[in-house]
Amino acid sequence: MASKNKIVKAFHTALPYTIPIFAGFVFLGIAYGIYMNTSGFSAVYPIVMSATIFAGSMEFVAVNLLLGAFDPIRAFALTLMVNARHLFYGISMLDKYKGTGRKKHYLIFGMCDESFSINCTADIPADVDKGWFMFFVTLLNHSYWVCGAAIGGLLGSLVQFNTKGLEFVMTALFVVIFLEQWMKEKRHYSALLGLGISSLCLIFFGGESFIIPAMLIILVCLMAMKKPLEKAEACV
Amino acid sequence: MTMTLIQQLITIGMVILGTVATRFLPFLVFPADKPTPKYIRYLGKMLPSAALGLLVIYCFKDVSILDGTHGIPELISVAAIVALHIWKRQMLVSIAGGTIIYMLLVQFIF
Repeated sequence: MASKNKIVKAFHTALPYTIPIFAGFVFLGIAYGIYMNTSGFSAVYPIVMSATIFAGSMEFVAVNLLLGAFDPIRAFALTLMVNARHLFYGISMLDKYKGTGRKKHYLIFGMCDESFSINCTADIPADVDKGWFMFFVTLLNHSYWVCGAAIGGLLGSLVQFNTKGLEFVMTALFVVIFLEQWMKEKRHYSALLGLGISSLCLIFFGGESFIIPAMLIILVCLMAMKKPLEKAEACV
Repeated sequence: MTMTLIQQLITIGMVILGTVATRFLPFLVFPADKPTPKYIRYLGKMLPSAALGLLVIYCFKDVSILDGTHGIPELISVAAIVALHIWKRQMLVSIAGGTIIYMLLVQFIF
């Protein structure tokens, strides 16, 4: 059973990478479920929405959409704006997701911030199947999120412990993944551009609307610097 | 609840559609069986670091420097994560350490 071994091995390799996300997603999922619960929705809503939307911040926004006036076009436009950063992830993963067969559809469907950052940066050992590794990272993250939302939605008001600040685990994860990428690369132009432009845009445009201008300016800068950057990379 | 069930389902459907669109679009525009244009390959190589930088800043979008705790607990915790990671370079140690420091700061000090 060579292929079964291959799958089991990929699972065992993927699992440790997802442990921080287990902590973060179960906690955030519970918070989301409780939020839905206190907003007057039965547990079916957070369970179905966490499984089908699978984009954390957008699901919190969706609660407000459901409580407001019916406006499907606004819901669609708002989702495109909040989730526009996925376009960058997609372009980054074009090559990595190549040759993963039918799993590719699920990999793209489940490409949340966390799955992207792990699948994009993890050093997968040569003897581990990359497609199955990325599949399990995505699947495990997806299940943590749905489980958390289900617990929150079902038990809602029963959960009581001082978890204030636990949501920082997701920030910590992204900072560490950014650091890992930084330590691995020889040139930091792109990382610095991403940090700098995003910070400036956050200051100028504010938290609600900085993502789109930040993405556009990053794209323009990278394209404008294509020649010198490629030269610098080639010299390494 | 002002919306009917059908209206709720349509709203949720639009959110799903919007999310799926942002995730699938690059793969539809640049299919695997056709050669990817040079400048997209270049972007694919350069974008991950920039996208991770954007993601880190995105985490701080609700932090206000001017009021509340002025982002001080966030700053201290990120500094701790960087120090821990340079020192030990163990992902889980850095993540857990930074989170615990942040929780202690916001629960007991700020």
